[in-house]
Amino acid sequence: MSAAAVLSVRALRVGFGASAPVVRGVSFELAAGECLAIVGESGSGKSVTARSLLGLAGANARVEADRLELGGQSVLGLTDRAWRVRRGKDVGLVLQDALVSLDPLRPIGREIADSLRLHTTLGAAARARRVLELLDAVGLSNPELQVQKRSGQLSGGERQRALIAAAIALNPPLLIADEPTTALDVTVQAQILALLEQIKLSGTAVLLVSHDLAVVSRIADRVAVMHDGLLIETGRTERVLVAPQHEQTRRMVAAVPADKPRGTRLSLAASMPLAPAPIVSARADSTRPTASKPDAAVVRETVVLEAIGLSHSFRRPDGSRQLAVDDVSFSLLRGHTLGIVGESGSGKTTTARLLLALLPLEQGDVQLFGQAWSSVSEKRRRRRRASVGAIYQDSLGSFDPRWSVGEILTDALGRALPQTRSARRSPENLARLTTLLDEVGLAATVLPRRPLELSGGQRQRVGIARALAGRPDILICDEPVSSLDVSVQAQVLDLLDDVQRERELSLIFISHDLGVVQHVSDEVVVMRSGRVVESGSAARVFTAPEHAYSAQLLAAVPRLPG
Amino acid sequence: MSDLAQQAELTTRSGQSGQPLRLGVAEGMAGVLGLFLLISAVAPQFLAPGDPLGIDPLAAFAPPSFAHGFGTDESGRDIYTRVVHGTQYSLVIGVAATAIGLGLGIVLGTLAGMLGRVVDFTVNRFLEVLFAFPGLLLALLFILVFGPGVATATIAVGLSTAPGYARIIRGQLIAVRGAAFVEAATVLGRTRWQILLRHILPNTLAPLFVLATLGVGQAIVWAATLSYLGLGAEPPTAEWGAMLSAGRTYITSAWWMSFFPGLFIVLTAVTATVLGRSIDRRMRHA
Repeated sequence: MSAAAVLSVRALRVGFGASAPVVRGVSFELAAGECLAIVGESGSGKSVTARSLLGLAGANARVEADRLELGGQSVLGLTDRAWRVRRGKDVGLVLQDALVSLDPLRPIGREIADSLRLHTTLGAAARARRVLELLDAVGLSNPELQVQKRSGQLSGGERQRALIAAAIALNPPLLIADEPTTALDVTVQAQILALLEQIKLSGTAVLLVSHDLAVVSRIADRVAVMHDGLLIETGRTERVLVAPQHEQTRRMVAAVPADKPRGTRLSLAASMPLAPAPIVSARADSTRPTASKPDAAVVRETVVLEAIGLSHSFRRPDGSRQLAVDDVSFSLLRGHTLGIVGESGSGKTTTARLLLALLPLEQGDVQLFGQAWSSVSEKRRRRRRASVGAIYQDSLGSFDPRWSVGEILTDALGRALPQTRSARRSPENLARLTTLLDEVGLAATVLPRRPLELSGGQRQRVGIARALAGRPDILICDEPVSSLDVSVQAQVLDLLDDVQRERELSLIFISHDLGVVQHVSDEVVVMRSGRVVESGSAARVFTAPEHAYSAQLLAAVPRLPG
Repeated sequence: MSDLAQQAELTTRSGQSGQPLRLGVAEGMAGVLGLFLLISAVAPQFLAPGDPLGIDPLAAFAPPSFAHGFGTDESGRDIYTRVVHGTQYSLVIGVAATAIGLGLGIVLGTLAGMLGRVVDFTVNRFLEVLFAFPGLLLALLFILVFGPGVATATIAVGLSTAPGYARIIRGQLIAVRGAAFVEAATVLGRTRWQILLRHILPNTLAPLFVLATLGVGQAIVWAATLSYLGLGAEPPTAEWGAMLSAGRTYITSAWWMSFFPGLFIVLTAVTATVLGRSIDRRMRHA
């Protein structure tokens, strides 16, 4: 162990109860001023590892290691009391969900001052000064004002900054950040990453935990890839990203959508070659001559869905109205994907609901195949609803909690009422269900299960299957992959790409993630505060953005180097 | 009675639905008691072959003994036989009153929850007026107008519980109505009626089932209260409340006359509550 190591871990093993250990022998060291990123999928054991370093693995956790040293002192088997002295002083922690991590009833200033009060002899006035210094250091504007606010009054980025301020209040030599930017918009994410980098440069060792390689590549000096409780690959960031050694690492690198041209596979099958072949050529000889883009441009530049000057406003609590969508226009061409991108509050989801005619339009019109769609009565629209499918971000919430996957899909396939049990179990129905599940890459074994029992990726596949059941021409996808791990996201994006080609679907793809939108879209609409700031072909917008805001968004997208 | 049958069915179904059925002591006892009460209600002759109204003046005021387990009353009627035969009154009144309250609550709650602001406002003000009266007072008012008797007492208890159910149903409806899966059904092209019948009502009413089970116990106590006050079943009907009332006069000399009917009122209410909570816990778990 080098003298400068702030953290030294050898053969860390963590298990819960009688079940098999979730961390099965992890070793690494971290020096002052260095940033190590532990990257892995959900369930790989990365968060448990990070929490064990703070003695927070949980009351029923068995933490064992050959060595576990913080600042040269062993912290194995410390009591809760002994840990409390060290937490905050020797090691700080920043969690993903700042809204939950901060007490909603106390001003953030008091939250930050807490650790100062417990660990230092500073008086009240000195503490207040130090809190202001800290808030200033983490880049919160107007610290004098912000210090009074409660976490609910702050934006996501401000909350995360406040949390970081609390974590570094005592100048701990080690800062552990567990998915610190996952819930944030790209531009805010970029700012938080810059802040963490600055903390690193000031000499603090930073341990970053994330599922997203592209995010950590920005500031990490070294990357450790975790899979199934083990570190399968560790190395300098550039080396791991450019020349990954391990299969799993390769898969994760491939899963990052930004800068990968449309049609490139993101998920690597285990047997696939390292350089993924574009799916277009792979499918060129398939029975249906689906369209590579040039054809489409010549043959069918048909507008399937057109939004003309959409506007919608919400009533504020004081009775005044707030425009959520303001004069938004675009058109979706057959077989194309239109990406709508913007940060939270930009009106993307309201636009999606307007397109689905779930909200009344105040101005403008949505036309489907050149016919009125939003201005007709729901009764007349209902017959045509089958041609527009929807995929939601919160797939779990979009399923009736009382229904099994089989019931959900049977319901989506037919519209017979009442739905009898025998009809559901008939061979024809089972065959139809199996075909549908097959198309989204699920086995028939999921049929009797409830969505709650499925993983996030499986759920989203069921959501896609449901949307496909009515044989739609258009799919409206509202943040379909935002709640998924990068690797699962890659599979779902590939699946969407496949079904789009197979069924010649036109897609509206809404996301806050520019990398994803860049990967899937033919045309792009950039939204901000309910308005379209820029629209055009994806190739043009992503290479030569005309609007300053698009350029700013683009600059913030996490990318892999090289 | 159909509610009871459903209740029994649900109890077994929740046992079959996967998780190991681990009965607590209270649940086990409540189950045994529930079974006893159910048999008492359906086939009282099976547990107490005697005549609940048959008098035997020679054996009047006999304390609990081997021949008369719960003793006898002022006319020598066997208390045990009367208590067993009285179960059906209490259960029928309890279940019927709950059904009336729930039915009315569903109608009012659905109107308020589904038909827009004007109806919601009107129904809410109406419910608030009803809430202003204590439940029992409402029941008394109703009996004042329509006269005493088992039927009026049942309806009165049902009416007085309705506002509470209506409130809960309205809130639940509003929550479910805005759920993402309701929107998803709209996108699939379902009509308002289809969505109401297949998504909104099932998801609203499922949690209500538990409340209803708890409500049966409450309704039994209330119905017995009304009978005790002489406003429900009248002596010599073997109804627990009425028996309690009849025993009141002799409470110093023949305590068993009021003790055993009272005990059964309490036991029935507790059984319904324990079973209701148990079902609730299981449903939450599933």
